[in-house]
Amino acid sequence: MASQAQKRPVLLQALMIAVLVIWMIAAAFPFLWTLWGSFKVEGDFFSLADWTNVLTGDMTTRETGDAFTTQGYAGAWIQEEFWRAAWNSTLVCLFVVTISLTLGTLGGYALARSTYRYAFWFLLVALIFRAMPPITLVSGYLPVFFEWNVWGYLPTAIIVLVAINQPFTLWMLHSFFKNIPQDLDESAMVDGCTRFQAFRHVIIPVMWPGVITTGLFSFLLAYNDFAVTAMILDKENQTMIPKIASFLGTTQTKGNVMFAVAAVVSTTAPLFLLIMFFQRQIVSGLTAGAVKG
Amino acid sequence: MKHSAFFWFTLPSAIAMLLFIFFPIVSVVVQSLYVAHEQVIVEVENCGPFGCTTATAIDQEATAALREEQPLGRFAGLEIYTDRNHLAVDEFGQLWAQSTGVGDFIGRLMNLPFYKAIGFTLTYTFIVTPLTIILGFIIAVAVNSAARALRGPMIFFSLLPMIVTPLVGSLILFWMVDARGILGTALRALADDPSLSVKADTGLMWIMLMVYGVWHSAPFAFIVYYAGLQTVNTDTLEAARIDGASRWQQIRHVVIPHLLPLTTFIALIQLMDNFRVFEPIVSFNASAHATSLSWAIYNDLGGETQQLSSAAATSVLTILGVAILLSPVLIRTWRDYGKTA
Repeated sequence: MASQAQKRPVLLQALMIAVLVIWMIAAAFPFLWTLWGSFKVEGDFFSLADWTNVLTGDMTTRETGDAFTTQGYAGAWIQEEFWRAAWNSTLVCLFVVTISLTLGTLGGYALARSTYRYAFWFLLVALIFRAMPPITLVSGYLPVFFEWNVWGYLPTAIIVLVAINQPFTLWMLHSFFKNIPQDLDESAMVDGCTRFQAFRHVIIPVMWPGVITTGLFSFLLAYNDFAVTAMILDKENQTMIPKIASFLGTTQTKGNVMFAVAAVVSTTAPLFLLIMFFQRQIVSGLTAGAVKG
Repeated sequence: MKHSAFFWFTLPSAIAMLLFIFFPIVSVVVQSLYVAHEQVIVEVENCGPFGCTTATAIDQEATAALREEQPLGRFAGLEIYTDRNHLAVDEFGQLWAQSTGVGDFIGRLMNLPFYKAIGFTLTYTFIVTPLTIILGFIIAVAVNSAARALRGPMIFFSLLPMIVTPLVGSLILFWMVDARGILGTALRALADDPSLSVKADTGLMWIMLMVYGVWHSAPFAFIVYYAGLQTVNTDTLEAARIDGASRWQQIRHVVIPHLLPLTTFIALIQLMDNFRVFEPIVSFNASAHATSLSWAIYNDLGGETQQLSSAAATSVLTILGVAILLSPVLIRTWRDYGKTA
């Protein structure tokens, strides 16, 4: 914008800076604080006596001989077997993303290219499904899963998450495919390709930016899910988020809340990296639906 | 696109949604009309040297047979919907008759689990959504006025509260406002009240949950508005300036109309997401002070005895709530489509 030519009043400028500083602190400080605190003992991070103990690591030094300790991490990852949950999360995310994208690209492409009215209805129904809280579906799953003896296993959770992801994936990919010029696949079909061949040889090579962005959001949905995974996975197969929730029940009483703090930091770290590398894709994904109206 | 091609392309996702979204909804509706069988009780007469006593016992075989025969349970119609844990029709009537005023009535109504849940859910939805939009807009304008080199890192940090898992994000905040955490300590110092605890106070807990809600979703509104601000038509702005529009008039008549469709979009997404508020209540361990519809379902399903029917009834009521919330949008989409088609 050429607004630089039009000088802002000093007061307004100061206000803007104040807003930015406050928001930056609000957004980033809790994470840095928890990261710092995760290397302390409980007596420091939750200090009744003096809050500055966290900074100096008073109790930590007294209990472990050093100002920083990895006790929380050792307790969570080894003693409470958080590594198992991390592995389960990896599997769930990997399969959910792959399957969602495979189904989603096919469906999204068709929805973007069809000019019939039923394509619109399809999208509208998907929007309604997207609006429903996933947990409302869980009481529908449970009796059937018990009956078939598939409750508690990872593949069950993966299939359910894929299905819950579908409406969103379809909407997003549909809007990405709309941006790929229709002439591209149509000229391929004029040259004698079938619809599927046109999709394979012409569309697939150019669709990756949209697919990667959608994949990021599918990943987040699977990674962040609590409602579904907490209800349909048994203890052995828990993913990270329900595992953290179960820490709260068991460890807060034992005074090992630091296990949960360490687990929380461990769960946040991959997301941190994700934003670092894919910031542009995330931003474009968030605005994909909106800007094009 | 030909009908047959469309059919084959969309078939996999249609099947996935049909099996795992549509059928479960049907199954939830059916389930909510049935209750589990009570155990079959038989009277057994025990005769001993000191006379006979009758005792009641559970007839395991008959119970199992009955459950086998009708796995869904006993048909109950709308019984579950009207019981104390859901719409509580009887209690509602009694309260209406007994209470002295509207405030008193609402206060007492909040003791019934369903009304407590829906009360918080609606309050949360309709307070957090506008605040998110306003805060997001302010941040977007501020970031847009910052130096270009700073914008990237600012967007990076702004994304954190939104991307981080809700359960984890709310835990992080919760630990900070804990009586022994840094914000909790600061609050006590500010209020000059050593006994102040967010955990113990319903009002503070509600505020904290909503603060979390705004913190979590403001980045989304911010990003959408920020992208919108990049596409404001500079020619129009310049023309307005030449015509002598003040800064406020420029925002009021050029920028805001440009961002209006985005606001509808943000509001729609936020209404849907805030209505399902759930994780923060688990993280904050807030169920004594605030419950939501999603939490009520979770609680029914997760308890020691799974109350499937009760959860199903709450689910159906939640789905109805979502439908009512979405209906203006759906009707509008439908009308718009009617125009263009």
